Amino acid sequence: MTSALLGLELAYWQSTLIRVLAGLAAVLLLTGGVVYLYLFKFVSFMQSRLGPMEAGPYGSLQLLAEVGKWLQKEDIHTEDSDRLVFGLAPAVVLSSTFLMFVVIPAGPDLVIANLGTGIYYVLAVSALSVLGILMAGWASANKYALMGALRAGGQLIAYELPMVLAVLGVVIMAGSLNLQDIVAAQSTGEIFGISWIGNPFILTQFVAFAVFMISVQAELTQTPFDMPIAESELVAGYQVEYSGIRFLVYFISEFATAVAFAAVASTLFLGGWALPASWGLSDGVMNVVGPLLVATKAVLLVGVVFWVRFSFPRFREDQLQRLAWKVLIPIALANILVTAVFKVAF
Amino acid sequence: MTAVTDRQKLQYIAARAADARVNVELETEGMTLNIGPQHPATHGTLRIVARLDGEQVIAAEPVAGYMHRGYEKLAEVRTYAQITTLVNRIDWLGSFANEVPFILAAERLMEVEAPPRATWIRTILFEMSRIANIILFLGDMGVQLGAITPVFFAFRDREYVLDQIERVTGGRFHPNFDRIGGLKDDLPKGWLADTAQVMEKVRTFCDEIEDLLMGSEVFQQRTRGIGIIPPDVALQYGLSGANARASGIDWDLRRDGCVGLAYPEVDWKVWTHPDGDSFARFWVRLQEVREATRIIDQLVEGVPSGPIMAKVPRIIKVPAGEAWVSTENPLGEMGYYVVSQGDLTPFRLKIRSASFNNISITPWLLRGVYVPDIVTILASLYFILGDIDR
Repeated sequence: MTSALLGLELAYWQSTLIRVLAGLAAVLLLTGGVVYLYLFKFVSFMQSRLGPMEAGPYGSLQLLAEVGKWLQKEDIHTEDSDRLVFGLAPAVVLSSTFLMFVVIPAGPDLVIANLGTGIYYVLAVSALSVLGILMAGWASANKYALMGALRAGGQLIAYELPMVLAVLGVVIMAGSLNLQDIVAAQSTGEIFGISWIGNPFILTQFVAFAVFMISVQAELTQTPFDMPIAESELVAGYQVEYSGIRFLVYFISEFATAVAFAAVASTLFLGGWALPASWGLSDGVMNVVGPLLVATKAVLLVGVVFWVRFSFPRFREDQLQRLAWKVLIPIALANILVTAVFKVAF
Repeated sequence: MTAVTDRQKLQYIAARAADARVNVELETEGMTLNIGPQHPATHGTLRIVARLDGEQVIAAEPVAGYMHRGYEKLAEVRTYAQITTLVNRIDWLGSFANEVPFILAAERLMEVEAPPRATWIRTILFEMSRIANIILFLGDMGVQLGAITPVFFAFRDREYVLDQIERVTGGRFHPNFDRIGGLKDDLPKGWLADTAQVMEKVRTFCDEIEDLLMGSEVFQQRTRGIGIIPPDVALQYGLSGANARASGIDWDLRRDGCVGLAYPEVDWKVWTHPDGDSFARFWVRLQEVREATRIIDQLVEGVPSGPIMAKVPRIIKVPAGEAWVSTENPLGEMGYYVVSQGDLTPFRLKIRSASFNNISITPWLLRGVYVPDIVTILASLYFILGDIDR
């Protein structure tokens, strides 16, 4: 059985290995970059301090130092914890994150699996993390962890809905669930006959974009939606009993998920890897430029997430539920209606 | 006031509902949650035992005493000059303010009076302690509500104030500068001019906080109508300071019971807020910092010349007698009851610190609120553990 990758004929296992390794490297590099850029530096400058300066030039190796610190810490279990579930929970959360990257395209041929129902798959696997969080909260045998996990459960499920509904607007515009098709639709599209910049859906689906980004903020449990973590009241929510490498896994998954959602958002709304088709660039060029483009867009969107995170206080549990059910979902539904009408009319 | 009473009613109903659960089918076993003694929301070692039904608090009880240091007893074996070092550590964010009422009480017993220059400098440092203390509250309130950026601004600008205090007293946190009959030293050269600049920075900080935190929609949603204290309840529980003023009680010892400080000499205003909720407490404290900068600006303009120390004997023996002096400290009314029997040390020292009374209202206040609001309410009541436990 052979498989084609970038025009090369390789055995199936070879191409799979390359895809997995390239995917892992890309995800971890991006995540590390985002952590350094935003969590260490951007935030420090917002808060009029320098951030890490000692490890490497301008503290650029700080993350490695942190990882080293976590790896050598003791892996603590509480006495009453359900050890199997407690150990599995971070893996479930992390796998949900990595599964999201499988379908995100980075170029005409650069996608790990080009599923026909790509965006549907992304939303489905992103919801898996709720399971891991509930497992963590229950297995920790800690009241704070349990409350955090239950809050997370309610919140993540509530914000799945506006997110799906926001994506539907894009799907109607593109006429496909496949992410490559959505990218192509933006690249070849035109706005009222102007095709110079294609049709990035952020221009025509700006309402959906806003709803999507707010839901992303909530799905990532970042401030102002970080009730499940809420370090000032629940200490660290469902993560409270985790230490060492298991905490590291949560840490990676938190920021890798941020990158994943930002990559999805840039694919759906900012044109993904593609440049407008009217610019006439070949697939070969786009295979090189595409990953850089989509990574840049994703990193910029993560920047927005962090900017909001470090500017706002957090909502209370009931307030954020109200925002989801009474504000975002009606807006998203109205957006679908308007999009459908316009789609038929034009 | 009508709006307040409506909200009060709602809160009362919620508390009652939490008490009397009649739906037997949905009856669930409550959970007891120990918030503290080691918990980020209690900034110190306060423990709150909360009985929860889901996320709603049925009953809450503060347990103080984890940091009791026995200052009242320790003071009985220390001379008056040594006691200022101790009481510095009561409210450690605005230390100088702790010394002043004690020294004033001792001065009253000895029947000496500090010269005007000392009184003015005392008042300036007193107000600086207030700023250093409350600035941190303004940032910390953000942290408790999840916004971590304001607290860095708070620490940044608090540093300027601490620098000024350090230049005069030699200590950032624990000045130990007040003496019976005056002050240890005079002001350093150029200090008054720099102080005016620092006050400008503090005012800028207040504007920043107003924009970044208080103006935020989320902040308003989290604090407005949360933890309402009606004026009569505030009086029953002996609240003082900004907590009482936020409930509409127009009472400030700087104006209403000023002894030995220069407040009558300057033009300033007592801020109150009618609502009595967490937002009102934040708002009143923000205005108080601004007002403190105004007070300092005026005092700096007109510091009188003259000696900074009255004539007092080298070895201080306080004549027998009793004196009570209280002042409006950053956290509320702080008073010292000094009983002397003519020795080198006081026979008995009773310290009345504001935070102890301010948190005594929590069992009443926390009934029926949700867990996230516990944090809001505790943060807005603003206590310092050293001030509770002494």
